[in-house]
Amino acid sequence: MTLDIERANQTAVERMTSARPMLTGIAVARDVIPGLRDGLLLHAGPPIAWEKMSGPLRGAVIGAVLLEGWADDEDSARVLVEKGEVAFEPCHHHGAVGPMAGVTSPSMAVYVVENTAHGNFAFSNLNEGYGKVLRYGAYAPEVLDKLRWMNGEMANLLGAALDVSGGLDLKTLLAEALHMGDEGHNRNKAGSLLFLKLLAPAIARVATDRKAEEKVLAFLGDNALSVLNPVMAACKAMADAAHGIEGSTVVTAMARNGTDFGIRVSGLGDQWFTDLAQTPDGLYFSGFSAADANPDIGDSTITETAGIGAFAMAAAPAIVSFVSGTPKDALNATLEMYEIAVAEHPSFTIPPLDFRGTPVGIDIRKVVELGLTPRVNTGIAHKDAGVGQVGAGLVRPPIGIFEQALVAFAERYDVA
Amino acid sequence: MSHVISERRPGAYYDSIVLMRLQSALAKQPAVIDAGVVMATAANLALLESNGLRPEGVEAAPDDLLVVVKADSVKAAEAALAEIDPLLDRRRANVGDDYRPRSLETAVKMMPDAAWVLVSVPGRYAAEVAGRALDLGKHVFLYSDNVPLADEVALKRRARARGLLVMGPDCGTAIVGGVCLGFANRVRRGNIGLIGASGTGLQAVTCKIHSLGAGISHALGTGGRDLGVDVAAGTTLQALELLGRDPSTEVVVLISKPPAAAVAGQVLAAAQRVGKPVVVDFIGYPPPSRRLGNVCFASGLDEAAELAVAAARINRTPARKPTVEATDAPLAAGSFVRGLFAGGTLAYEALLGFRTFLQPLYSNISVSNVAAGSVHSLPDPAHSTAHTVLDLGEDEYTVGRLHPMMDQDLRLRRLRQEAADPDVGLIVLDVVLGYGAHPDPASELAPAIEEIRDRRPLEVVVLVIGTDEDPQDLDAQAERFQQSGAIVFRVTSEMVAHVHRRLGVVEPQAPLAPLAPPVSLDGLIPPVSAINVGLETFYDGLLAQDAPAVQVDWRPPAGGNEALAAILRRLQPKTE
Repeated sequence: MTLDIERANQTAVERMTSARPMLTGIAVARDVIPGLRDGLLLHAGPPIAWEKMSGPLRGAVIGAVLLEGWADDEDSARVLVEKGEVAFEPCHHHGAVGPMAGVTSPSMAVYVVENTAHGNFAFSNLNEGYGKVLRYGAYAPEVLDKLRWMNGEMANLLGAALDVSGGLDLKTLLAEALHMGDEGHNRNKAGSLLFLKLLAPAIARVATDRKAEEKVLAFLGDNALSVLNPVMAACKAMADAAHGIEGSTVVTAMARNGTDFGIRVSGLGDQWFTDLAQTPDGLYFSGFSAADANPDIGDSTITETAGIGAFAMAAAPAIVSFVSGTPKDALNATLEMYEIAVAEHPSFTIPPLDFRGTPVGIDIRKVVELGLTPRVNTGIAHKDAGVGQVGAGLVRPPIGIFEQALVAFAERYDVA
Repeated sequence: MSHVISERRPGAYYDSIVLMRLQSALAKQPAVIDAGVVMATAANLALLESNGLRPEGVEAAPDDLLVVVKADSVKAAEAALAEIDPLLDRRRANVGDDYRPRSLETAVKMMPDAAWVLVSVPGRYAAEVAGRALDLGKHVFLYSDNVPLADEVALKRRARARGLLVMGPDCGTAIVGGVCLGFANRVRRGNIGLIGASGTGLQAVTCKIHSLGAGISHALGTGGRDLGVDVAAGTTLQALELLGRDPSTEVVVLISKPPAAAVAGQVLAAAQRVGKPVVVDFIGYPPPSRRLGNVCFASGLDEAAELAVAAARINRTPARKPTVEATDAPLAAGSFVRGLFAGGTLAYEALLGFRTFLQPLYSNISVSNVAAGSVHSLPDPAHSTAHTVLDLGEDEYTVGRLHPMMDQDLRLRRLRQEAADPDVGLIVLDVVLGYGAHPDPASELAPAIEEIRDRRPLEVVVLVIGTDEDPQDLDAQAERFQQSGAIVFRVTSEMVAHVHRRLGVVEPQAPLAPLAPPVSLDGLIPPVSAINVGLETFYDGLLAQDAPAVQVDWRPPAGGNEALAAILRRLQPKTE
């Protein structure tokens, strides 16, 4: 059979954009995530060994070991990990994604997203909100207490609410949020409010404890990133639907572990192409500067992979300062991404661009030819474990990983 | 000693990004150590506290905007706080530039109506960019030089198959629909259309036409190699046909360095079919005639402009009328011409004229390098082949006999020999009168002409050189030849022009594509818009003319990495 890349890419993108990610429930990670076993922690980005992990990821690992009860304190947790008693695998190897450190342990609660168009599943942990949180490497007792509450009382209530609601259509939610000033990665204010609005009646219906109900509703409402994790799982479900198309040069995963930036390509199986992650360019919170920043981290680049995030920047003029300042720059950011995209998204549209669909399906050929890497809107983590978010900004993956992928593609399809 | 001063603004809501921007701007104010700009939530106040920015004794509610500045002095801190409003109000004067596409494909999406793509990237990348432009259905103005000849041939073949023009490579000048592409002068719009292989030549002629008060419809560049044997006038032939159809063009000017002989024939044949006056200046190339039908020849750029303006004013060809009215109907295709000359210079002059439109052309005359390649040496002087011009005064014919100006015998034999060749359609004879010449050439030649014309309708053309004072009586000689059925001329160029009318209009010998779609006139009709890939000067030039344009922010594919670029080429969809 002759290689028809255009056709393969059309197939991949058609699957990505026709996927229908539904948030169907909440479950314990070990019960639903394939291959997640005791002694194994999932993390963001491409594979990485403990020795190479950056501060925030190490902190999150220690926190997860403590949360799971595999060790009693920080020191013994560190000893356990250094002895090699804890295994690490990327979330992406298990159909999962997680923001920042992305550490997901067997007992954590996870969102279950089903792509009802193609039948695949994706998972993501629950968003902890701001401040000292595990995803930025914090593992103090109050961090773990909050996680226990989230994985317990909150997950139970959310799970029950989702059960009675019959599931939540994340694609529709995203499409609507893009019309309300979100881009789905850095800005999820509208999406999180929509999430709360959709869940609130069901939560009220199933809640038996007024105090728990109030706490969960307030927690969801106060956190403008509440919906980020289910959105990421939705994007993972869409991107996975496009993975494994023979002859396709479409990127189906972009992820960072705080040390490396990695991508996967639809027609190149499960191989990662990695290089050192960059430090984002952005604005810093009071008291912090670029000197505090960790290299780029997190699976949240799955949003750009699926055609939102920085690719939908034109929809989110409120956060244009990240890309230097004016609404026109936001438009230009999206216009630039059309150059490396295979298609325009039929469901995610951008009002200021006359409802043009977002650029979707990154073609490694176009990236290499134009020397134009995908834009990524991202939060910036402090390089030390547990300090948290220090800013937000723009980052791009290293061009070398796309070049590696192109060479591998040529070899794999015997056109080198 | 540092000082912390704050300002509280109740009920002011700003997006957190605006606040972060304000904060970083305040921190850059003179003598400021640090700054904090936050909505005064408990969490944010705690953050200020940990950074040593919590102002003492200030009560604030979560809806309040709190701006805190830590500076070397109170004065510096106050000065910084005074900048809050100017900083918040500051809008960039420049609201952001329009998007500059990186790829031609994106540029075309942005300006789908642009009919032209200007390419001025380095030569080794130019063919690829131009090829993509053609694939996207765009005409190409190719300024880049150092484009390999094979690439030019391939591009023009591709263009022709799509009904598109490639002007260039190394084409610096063009005017389409009043819009200058590349280097061109501001000239009046008018009814004279130009085709030129030379950019400065086009500029010189358009300027002259302008100074003479006339104007330009279009000026189309072709590139310097277009009239060579390899490219075979790919663009010139398209441009002639296009300007022939273009309603705004009434006169066509064609300027070029000397074309390859075989190509000159095709181009002049096409020029004859334009259906409009055509002024040709093949610089430094001896014109075959002053005029061939609608085509007249200029001796230089200045004269080309003058002839064109004259033609445009009187709306008819400026050339003199021929001295003899003769049929213009072409002879049957495949008819050969045989010239049997007694006069060496006349033979040579005829040869120079014929070689532009009669091919293959043989002669026993050794030609100078001007005609090299266009005239073949006749292998056997006793037998003509294809088109042949013979100087029967050459040594090989005069051994043991008189010069043919005096002794007609050899010519009579040869005349019958040529007439017996069924492929011959036209025979040219010269007759030189005067002292020393045969006393009555017509008395011998005219009966022979009648004799051969009785057998078949062969055309005989006689060039008579003499005066009314000559002993042979010029008028009587001419009349005798006319009675024999011959067509008589008194000037070589008019004879050549006649032969051209009868035989020059032949199908091009090696058309690039037999049935090419015509080039659409749409690309010439204002408003002309264009996409520029390369030199920004050209983009600025378009904007200065109010022509809609998109500048492509072009870079070498794969950052100039040839190995990756090679892979990319193999992974591109096949276009042909």
